Amino acid sequence: MSFLGFAQWLANQPWSIALHESLYGYPIVESVHVWALCLFVGLTIILDLRLTGLTFRTIPVSEVVRRILPWQFLGFVLMVASGVALFYAIPVRSYQNIFFRMKLVLLVVAGLNVWFFNSGVYLRVQAWDREPVPPARARFAGFASLALWFVIIFCGRMIAYNWFDCDKQPQPHIINTLAGCVAEAPAP
Amino acid sequence: MMATVAGLLWELAQWSEKTPLGTMIRNSEYAFPIIEFFHLAALAVIGGSVLIVDMRLLGLGLTKTSVAQLARDAQPYVTGALIVMLITGISLYTSEATKCYASAAFWIKMVSLVLAMAFTYTIKKRVTAGDEKTFSLATGKLVGVVSIALWFGVAWGGRWIGFGG
Repeated sequence: MSFLGFAQWLANQPWSIALHESLYGYPIVESVHVWALCLFVGLTIILDLRLTGLTFRTIPVSEVVRRILPWQFLGFVLMVASGVALFYAIPVRSYQNIFFRMKLVLLVVAGLNVWFFNSGVYLRVQAWDREPVPPARARFAGFASLALWFVIIFCGRMIAYNWFDCDKQPQPHIINTLAGCVAEAPAP
Repeated sequence: MMATVAGLLWELAQWSEKTPLGTMIRNSEYAFPIIEFFHLAALAVIGGSVLIVDMRLLGLGLTKTSVAQLARDAQPYVTGALIVMLITGISLYTSEATKCYASAAFWIKMVSLVLAMAFTYTIKKRVTAGDEKTFSLATGKLVGVVSIALWFGVAWGGRWIGFGG
């Protein structure tokens, strides 16, 4: 089964339809997504600000990492759970939305950024834990994370708009390719 | 009295929609979404910088750092993000002010926002400026809970404006 087929199958599930058409269910899930944004992305920004040396300079980096990790994790779980539910409610349109696709790719990049940080400069954190301004690699990880999350928020917000939707033709070929539109309407 | 206030707010809404800013945003296909993005980005910043201090007041998170130090470091980000939120928020309002006027969620948000700002820049500011010795643990926890509740009310109300609530 193709991804599109899977999305179409999901869209026909009774619970998907129920969530999509619910008066309160869908808005509540959206609200949880926004709340979790404050918790998860908000705390990630706090850590990034420490890594870039912009603020919280007197707090050891490892302490910031350790002490906010459980809360970030909680925020992350809420974020993913509500995000999956939002996709489940509107699977086909989300799957064929360029902003949704961009967001997924950037989420992977943000994950890689964390992985590089943890398996690189953070291994030697004891050497720079109390430096007001951490070494260049740590600062880079911080700035990269800030930039990535702002672009991810941008993509997330833009999913709601239908400028590039497959049922809105004609679109430039590149858009239809990126969005995975299966059949292009003939040019007018 | 209430009728007069409501009348003034209705007039403000009608006037706002006619301003060049409101008209420009309403007539543009992309202005509203882009302003919304900046509004959301600032939300993430204010969310983190408010939460990190509130959590500390509740005895969670960065407990080895003093409340006063944490609040001092976070303050520019709270204020900076709030300024961005107000500028972008007012812009969004001008484009659909009469819709907002009729939205319960909008008014819940406005009341929460006024309370949250007043609380943040008076009581919470005074409590966090002192150290643990100048306020009791219970006071700190109460301030943390009230702050979280008020700001989450703002975020909740904001999201529901979009659902026509």
